[in-house]
Amino acid sequence: MTQPIQATNDFVIKFANVNGSGSASANELFAKAVIRMGVPVAPRNIFPSNIQGLPTWYEARICEKGYSGRRGGVDMMVAMNPQTWDADVAEIEPGGYLLYDSTRPIPPSKFRADIQVIGVPLTEISNTAYTDPRQRQLFKNIIYVGVLSVLLDMDASVFEKLFAEQYKGKERLLDSNVQALNLGRDYAKRHLKHPLGIRVQRADNVGDQILVDGNSAIALGCVYGGATVAAWYPITPSSSVAEAFQKYCEKLRVDPATGRNKFAIVQAEDELASIGMVIGAGWNGARAFTATSGPGISLMQEFIGLAHFAEIPCTIIDVQRGGPSTGMPTRTQQSDVLLCAYASHGDTKHILLFPQDPHECFEFGATALDLADRLQTPIFVMTDLDIGMNQRLCKPFEWDEARAYDRGKVMSAEDLEAGKDFGRYKDVDGDGVPWRTLPGTHPTKGAFFTRGTTRDAYARYSERGPDYVYNMERLLKKFATAAKIVPQPVVKKAAKDTRYGVIYYGSTTPAMQEALDVLEADGGHFDSMRLRAFPFPESVHRFILEHDLVFLVEQNRDAQLRSLIINELEIDPARVMPVLHYDGTPITARFIVRAIAKAVREREKPATAKEAA
Amino acid sequence: MTYIVKPQLHHPTLTKNKVGYTRRDYEGRISTLCAGCGHDSISAAIIQACWELDIEPHRVAKLSGIGCSSKTPDYFLGASHGFNTVHGRMPSVMTGANLANRELLYLGVSGDGDSASIGLGQFANAMRRGVNMAYIVENNGVYGLTKGQFSATADRGSKSKKGAINSDSAVDLVGIALQLGATYVARSFSGDKAQLVPLIKGALAHGGAAFIDVLSPCVTFNNHAGSTKSFDYVRQHNEAVSRIDFITTKSEITAEYAAGEVIEVQQHDGSMLRLRKLKDDYDPTDRLAAMNYMQSHAARGEVVTGLLYVDPLATDLHLSMNTMEVPLASLGPQELCPGKAALDKINASFR
Repeated sequence: MTQPIQATNDFVIKFANVNGSGSASANELFAKAVIRMGVPVAPRNIFPSNIQGLPTWYEARICEKGYSGRRGGVDMMVAMNPQTWDADVAEIEPGGYLLYDSTRPIPPSKFRADIQVIGVPLTEISNTAYTDPRQRQLFKNIIYVGVLSVLLDMDASVFEKLFAEQYKGKERLLDSNVQALNLGRDYAKRHLKHPLGIRVQRADNVGDQILVDGNSAIALGCVYGGATVAAWYPITPSSSVAEAFQKYCEKLRVDPATGRNKFAIVQAEDELASIGMVIGAGWNGARAFTATSGPGISLMQEFIGLAHFAEIPCTIIDVQRGGPSTGMPTRTQQSDVLLCAYASHGDTKHILLFPQDPHECFEFGATALDLADRLQTPIFVMTDLDIGMNQRLCKPFEWDEARAYDRGKVMSAEDLEAGKDFGRYKDVDGDGVPWRTLPGTHPTKGAFFTRGTTRDAYARYSERGPDYVYNMERLLKKFATAAKIVPQPVVKKAAKDTRYGVIYYGSTTPAMQEALDVLEADGGHFDSMRLRAFPFPESVHRFILEHDLVFLVEQNRDAQLRSLIINELEIDPARVMPVLHYDGTPITARFIVRAIAKAVREREKPATAKEAA
Repeated sequence: MTYIVKPQLHHPTLTKNKVGYTRRDYEGRISTLCAGCGHDSISAAIIQACWELDIEPHRVAKLSGIGCSSKTPDYFLGASHGFNTVHGRMPSVMTGANLANRELLYLGVSGDGDSASIGLGQFANAMRRGVNMAYIVENNGVYGLTKGQFSATADRGSKSKKGAINSDSAVDLVGIALQLGATYVARSFSGDKAQLVPLIKGALAHGGAAFIDVLSPCVTFNNHAGSTKSFDYVRQHNEAVSRIDFITTKSEITAEYAAGEVIEVQQHDGSMLRLRKLKDDYDPTDRLAAMNYMQSHAARGEVVTGLLYVDPLATDLHLSMNTMEVPLASLGPQELCPGKAALDKINASFR
């Protein structure tokens, strides 16, 4: 018989539920309780593009060391969905645990001999205690959390405190939740062997970290960064950005004296209208953003070209999902990199920011609004479903009270009155960034006709070659300026000198950091560079040239960021080896370690063989 | 072609309006449209309307899409900021601009291809939202810049210059605007400046979504026999329901008309629209009746013009959104950033 898995503060538990059954809040309660015990958790929702009735999973990686990437493998399955039973049971690691609802008998052939099976008559317990059908359903979820708390040796007090916070002032709900939890706890204590080989033990590894999803974080970043106009069209996985922005604005942006809103949010008729409104607002001096996903970016192409060429500030949050076409709407990928970098027809290049977690989502939300004004161009914040829709433990949000908004080069009525020369598309400072005026600034000076057609430096319609070339060259210069002021890459040197490097970005970060530790423990040393923006500064070029081989780890099929690096930095493709994960699940450290170790082995083998000969 | 410099020498005796501008101060660059184009008459009407309304030119934001009509904002109000956006999508840009700064006047200029073909969706949704704007469609039923293809407002059975017969039904922008809740809906004719100027003034002073469909014959591609958008056709089928006079304040009213012939409508800003009814059976404050009237007359091949509908108590998008009185674009970190203490609280809620 396979030995049961023994692990304290280091295991993966997965909940198999039916969507719409109210399991999400129970599962979140479980994760929060583990965190309150000082043990880091990385939870992930795996859900279908559906409202009710289809399978949904919640996978929580409990990891004292704090790795928040997906680990892969399941040590304990809470199997609440008969539809997916076979696959769920099959996914459990040998020696792992299965908790299931034993109210109805399940034939022995449906189990495995090499796992620990724990049956609890959850439906029966719930139906005996409650009569209302909705309550029976909801509290069944709390009951299994109660059972788990005993099996995993967790303190009841942690749950009680969480309930007390959540249901402050709603005493009836508080009591009934505590009761449901205890129904589960009492049953487990009386009937089940506890604790299991896997368990949660109090630790002190959470610190002041917060558990939050990237979409809420970026919305809050936009509130802090001064966005006043938001226009959007619902699309998974980005809708909750706009919804969170609405929620935070209603809380934080209503003028107390008048009750009037210091924000305007439009749910537009489509993505074209969304970006159009954002551009209109940006042209008129407001900070504005839209949030969308790949299909929305595809629709926005023409407008993005206009904002680029007419030089209108705007912020576009792309919460990436699996493409192409409708693709995998509820799965994650980093597959819009090239789409956004070169969006729209003609020669265009755009600025992309790659936040690694909700903390950076908040930071980059505000930074994007500054950069948009400073550089007068679209700024893309490239997050994805993994960061956007999952809660992640991360550093708390920070805001420097002294931070001002960088409104960039805007000419005032006084500037114009003083006779300052105004050429809307003229490079007067040598950085490629021209000055602009806002509508209504001055009765007789500074007005111009904004258009997507070519014009001279004074915004006068012109199809003359030299005027066109002047402008296109200036835009390149502006892009070079951007490379200097966007968030710079984060480099971490290996413990020992090495010929190998890795480059990664965005949601790959937690898995990559874990993979680097695993590789190092095994004697593999890699310098690493986390990219935080495009255009790439000179340091990226240097980093690649300093190594014999650089692995570029990303989550798409075609190695899009690698293409961008090779193309933009004119790098020999042989120097950059792609490591690609794109099945829609978040990349794991195990995957990265396997791929890199194999590549290194293969690369070093022939040399060794030659030497031996 | 590149732009043409227009001489800025003003005759010293030109009359100034109340804000100190002459009519020429409302002009723009020299038009590059075909000689005799109806659109140039509309530009002239816009200039006249703004001058007569004593609007400071820089308080107007003029926006357009793509096409002959959408080039025209370069030819009037040279001291106003303008935005020539993308084809069919001006309404969304105007909506966003309006949200950013509610203190400016928004003038949208579009064409029938721009608003009824490629941009029908955005046109409809801007009307639906009640964006405070004067939206003018310079309607000639044809694509000029690409040399004479039918647009979506071309009537079924009308003939193109090359002889093709249009087999598709026409999009009726006036009908759509009425149905979707535009609160000021008019139709006019570029060849009737006396009718058009007060309609534009009324639209600019209106406090919600104002739409004017201006039939504006294309002299190059759609002014032949067999076209229903030619000068001759429109003149022959024009059924004006009213003549309007625009009066800035109530005090200026003089009794010129016999009782019963005149309807006075006071708009948001206190300005008055005085409608001289030309048809006894027409009430421009009754939306359903207006829709019915339009449909039945269109079926008879008549082109109904005039102020077709007005809701003097119109509301707009800012009212529905309960936004601040001051422009959102004027707010800084002081007003917008909730600060560190609030953030600490938010952080705590995520633990």
